[in-house]
Amino acid sequence: MNFDFTNEQKMIKQSIEAFVKNEIEPIAEEIDKEHRFPRETIKKLGENGFLSIPFPTEYGGAGGDTISKNIVIEEIAKKCGATAAIVSVHYLPINLILRFGTKEHKEKYISKLAHGEYIGAFALTEPNAGSDASNVQTTAVLDGDEYVLNGSKCFITNGGEADVYVILAMTDKSKGTRGISAFIVEKDTPGFSIGKIEDKMGICASSTAELIFENCRIQKENLLGKEGQGFKLAMIGLDSGRIGMASQALGLAEGALEETIQYLKEREQFGRPLIKFQGLQWYLADMHSRIEASRWLVYRASYLEQTGKPFTVEAATAKLVASETAMYVTHKAVQMHGGYGFMKDYPLERMMRDAKITEIYEGTSEIMKIVIASQITR
Amino acid sequence: MKIVVCVKQVPDTNEVKINHETGTLIREGVPSIINPDDKNALEEALRIKDIHKDVTVTVLSMGPPQAKEALKEALAMGADEAILLTDRAFAGSDTWATATILSAALSKIGDYDIVFCGRQAIDGDTAQVGPEIAEFLNLPQITYVSNLEVDEDNNKVIAHRSIEDGYFVMESKMPVLLTAIKDLNTPRYMSAWGIFQNANTTEIMEWTVDDLTVDLTQIGLKGSPTNVYKTFVPTRKFEGEILEGETPQDKAREFLVRMKERHIL
Repeated sequence: MNFDFTNEQKMIKQSIEAFVKNEIEPIAEEIDKEHRFPRETIKKLGENGFLSIPFPTEYGGAGGDTISKNIVIEEIAKKCGATAAIVSVHYLPINLILRFGTKEHKEKYISKLAHGEYIGAFALTEPNAGSDASNVQTTAVLDGDEYVLNGSKCFITNGGEADVYVILAMTDKSKGTRGISAFIVEKDTPGFSIGKIEDKMGICASSTAELIFENCRIQKENLLGKEGQGFKLAMIGLDSGRIGMASQALGLAEGALEETIQYLKEREQFGRPLIKFQGLQWYLADMHSRIEASRWLVYRASYLEQTGKPFTVEAATAKLVASETAMYVTHKAVQMHGGYGFMKDYPLERMMRDAKITEIYEGTSEIMKIVIASQITR
Repeated sequence: MKIVVCVKQVPDTNEVKINHETGTLIREGVPSIINPDDKNALEEALRIKDIHKDVTVTVLSMGPPQAKEALKEALAMGADEAILLTDRAFAGSDTWATATILSAALSKIGDYDIVFCGRQAIDGDTAQVGPEIAEFLNLPQITYVSNLEVDEDNNKVIAHRSIEDGYFVMESKMPVLLTAIKDLNTPRYMSAWGIFQNANTTEIMEWTVDDLTVDLTQIGLKGSPTNVYKTFVPTRKFEGEILEGETPQDKAREFLVRMKERHIL
């Protein structure tokens, strides 16, 4: 058993830390306040290879490992939860196109997505298909050489900003989940439009949108995988995506703890720094312990994914624990900052707002428990 | 074209603490980094490589085996090859001895067009090694480079050499030795491609004293003319003072009064 980072992982961490310090931390507050999608940051991340780490070199990837990929998300989340969310979701369609796409799909999309020239999104959720992902009502009907898409998607992260979407639609309702298929849809395809842009509690610099399909015709070749494979493909994508979101949650918690320790050292009350008060030290110890528990669940799930072993339960466990830790730690961090924690001058209130979504998206905590329980009670 | 960049691994002085009893740096737990000015030199070499065809960037460092980390970082930024000069015989070298060793290595490399150094290292702050190498190798040198243009067709460089209140525009034929200052550029990050495809797959060459043609009386602690008699932390002689006042004019007036009291004005 080996708990050390590899040389490459250490270097990725060192490089992304410098990137976050120079490019992400200075604008985190501003883009949150302005609800501004940091397109330039995503492009720069791509230019430096941070969006292409685990992908093969033949498609412009760095040929690295998934733990390194998740270290990048974690480090970004320490200073900006929204940017981390964008990156984590961006990875999902790349992963699916690589696993299920044709050679043409890969050549057309992977390099551009991996270099940050294109932004990716994944669209499963609908007004009546949230946790019950099988209830997809968007339809895709084959008409000659084209599929015709009708319906709508909601709460789609990177929606409205993405250039390439992987869309789940029903091709044969009689087959239930086996009648769901996945499609690659580019922005600006006639019949595809962006509906409501959501105004959210947290990760405000990320975009969350409604997607509308009205007789949207796409080439037959845009089918990703086979007809009827969509649900399976979505579940595989989400398993992997959950580790990304768990990494985001881990980073948010770590960032909040770092800020808190710093603050407690500086702030004095009753004639001594707050860090000297045992009651507060105990909170710090609790926060740290939960973070460490999350960290090793996240890294182990990443490791299993990297080594090609099953990781559904481990991903769900990591996501459940890390997201609840993010909420616990940021909540406590705000409390320990007192009045300042509540003010927008300090990053803590933003971190707490950002943390909440980690318990909800890519499968809620409750869905994580269903996934875990269904496996361990077999 | 061949560019050799000399880099030094140094403690990150932003993180360094001082042992006040011995007057020395506390190195434990302090991260090591590529000396910042050297990183500017490397960045400029990589930019030349980005623009011109057939450019090879070699990074050269003298240091203990752990200095390989700095060379790996340089490879991850995009350098083509890396050489570490490491030997017990090199230990304790001052700037003279270091420049002697680096010059010997450069002679072995040969056929370089540009030798690029940082202005000075943040641990020693001497700014001597670059110019000494130029003297030993009989190369023209331009120090404090803040802007650089390479004219490959005419085999020359045109550089801005910064001085306190401006800069010289200087031209030199190649081969030439240049020293970089931080105004020259902003160094790039280690890219993921560089980390996975270059840094950990490119072998770092290790040269010992046996690989170099060098006068053994001129290197290491014994070959170093510099003797350090004492290191100490300067004591602060007086506290700074912040002038209070309602308006900037008031503060300026108060400032003038103080200056006159001290007969400075």
